[in-house]
Amino acid sequence: MRKLTYAQAILEATDQCLANDDSVYIIGLGVTDPKGVFGTTLGLEKKYGKRAMDMPVAENGMTGIAIGSSLVGMRPILTHQRVDFMILSLDQIINNAAKWHYMFGGKLKVPLVIRLLIGRGWGQGPQHSQNLNSIFAFVPGLKVVMPATAYDAKGLLISAIEDDNPVIFIEHRWLYGISDNVPEKMYREPLGKARIIEKGKDVTIISSSYMVLEAMRAGKILKKYGIGAEVLDLRSIRPLDEESIIRSVKKTGRLVVVDGAWRSFGISAEVIALVAEKGCGMLKSAPRRITFPDTPTPTSPALAKYYYPRAIDIVNSVRSMFGFPEKTEEGAGMVSNIPLDVPDKTFTGPF
Amino acid sequence: MKINKKISLSLYYQLLRIRMVEERIAGLYPEQEMRCPVHLCIGQEGVAAGVCANLDKRDYVLSNHRSHGHFLAKGGDLKAMMAEIYGKASGCSRSKGGSMHLIDLSAGFLGSTPIVAGVIPVAVGVALGTSMKKEKKVTVCFFGDAATEEGVFSESLNFASLKKLPVIFICENNLYSVYSPLSVRQPKDRDNLAIAMGYGVRAEKGDGNDVASVYQITKKAVREARRGKGPSFLQFDTYRYREHCGHNFDHELNYRTTNEYDHWFKRCPLDNFERKLIRQGILDKDYIGRVREKIGNEIDGAIKFAKGSLLPEKEEVFSDIYAP
Repeated sequence: MRKLTYAQAILEATDQCLANDDSVYIIGLGVTDPKGVFGTTLGLEKKYGKRAMDMPVAENGMTGIAIGSSLVGMRPILTHQRVDFMILSLDQIINNAAKWHYMFGGKLKVPLVIRLLIGRGWGQGPQHSQNLNSIFAFVPGLKVVMPATAYDAKGLLISAIEDDNPVIFIEHRWLYGISDNVPEKMYREPLGKARIIEKGKDVTIISSSYMVLEAMRAGKILKKYGIGAEVLDLRSIRPLDEESIIRSVKKTGRLVVVDGAWRSFGISAEVIALVAEKGCGMLKSAPRRITFPDTPTPTSPALAKYYYPRAIDIVNSVRSMFGFPEKTEEGAGMVSNIPLDVPDKTFTGPF
Repeated sequence: MKINKKISLSLYYQLLRIRMVEERIAGLYPEQEMRCPVHLCIGQEGVAAGVCANLDKRDYVLSNHRSHGHFLAKGGDLKAMMAEIYGKASGCSRSKGGSMHLIDLSAGFLGSTPIVAGVIPVAVGVALGTSMKKEKKVTVCFFGDAATEEGVFSESLNFASLKKLPVIFICENNLYSVYSPLSVRQPKDRDNLAIAMGYGVRAEKGDGNDVASVYQITKKAVREARRGKGPSFLQFDTYRYREHCGHNFDHELNYRTTNEYDHWFKRCPLDNFERKLIRQGILDKDYIGRVREKIGNEIDGAIKFAKGSLLPEKEEVFSDIYAP
């Protein structure tokens, strides 16, 4: 099968949805610019004209406008180059998008997709790298999707565009360049369903978005130590696939939740609460969470290295559950010569 | 421009009907059966009636928390509105919305919401949607003077003008945001018309208590929108008689002077228009009596329907969170 990057998979999903349905349109700052939102919107204006639009710098207003158009049958995709800008539109997202269907007794629907970017590294700092996933997941009426692979990015984006509800579609900038087998045809992955990436019997590692890659790396190392990790990619955080979480924890009896976001009140807290409520007695040891610390993101790479958790942190967390001592990255055979503030050697900044 | 007899009578009917519905709600509110806030538009009916008389069923209206008049003037179902205020399953929003969230799709009334200015960009989006679908529809958005202080007001004017959308922004300036007068919220020489025109939006203002003038000013804006000439901003000055939220008068709070109140009360949109039509020989006491009786009966029926309707079942809490 041919390989596409995560960014190309998003572009292809968008392209196919635009071709498939005249009511789909994409709007956002930079949708038509030469960089095309990290390559995810390139060429769409040429093919679809006004259905691929740049927009004024007015996040809240434009969200309301997208909502309004969806009330009369359009299916807008609104993009943001950073989640940090999208905070300006929380009024429209929370008060209108999430509620219109409910507060008018199901008479109208809001089939809206909001794509937004999160991501670490290259000194993105306090206002350019936040991951506010749980803010959106907190709100009934919103669906929140966080694909980790190119395959899922395409399948979940098509499902999100075809869904009759507002879907917050969270993309991690470090995933854009990562390739995967992606079918050419239009296919759909279900919203609200997790995927087991790696089977294992000793510990369940739950993560989403970019942190799935770190969890997979950790799983490989743990295998060396004879620990079988079951790596679960949530894919959607709302609806949360409670059944898959409980089933896996029941099997392994141990739980580590990895979230590329803050610790308190976040996804990790929610998953552990769920297991405490519905899986009481299943756990053989206290659950752990691997997250960002509760501080804004520092800019300097010298500080950021203490901020972003990596595979070794997951490895050590699991090892400690079994009473094993901590390992260094070197000791675990994980040393690479890639700096910690870039996804791979090809990335040289600054954007 | 003089308006003809038929339109005059229809404007009068709308004014009177909105007034009588609102007075009835005010009368029944103390029974404690309407268990949601109500924002009555008594005194402001001229804007709703004058604007909506220019719209067809196919056109769209969105509105704010003070929306009973807009809903009724656009042809919204009175029974469903009353049932909604009574929290009944037969309400227009199936009891999920209450007075602040009215909707009637068959009348083109797409919803009302209370977060000030929140509905303005939504209305622009509706106009964007209709224009992308090449439908010949006009979208009207009602909001108060305070909404012009929110950022989305400017954002919406900018985009509507940029795309020449068929949307009409109706600002009902009743001088107060809850108890805060314009003087503490806007500089003295602020001119909303100039702001709108600065975005390339045609703008006009008028006396919101003169229904005929509201009708005529809006007529031009609707014509321009239908001709593809883009958005208009219309500001109508008016006044609410009752408290911001609830059925009472609130003179004891002293945030409005008696002089000011009397000034506006003398300019009642209903009484003045009635007198004018009587002077013109279009209306007489008999006719008024018959119309009052007809509307009164309709309201009786709506209240009976609302009170007699079932309360929603428990399952309703959990339905409609997501569209299927």
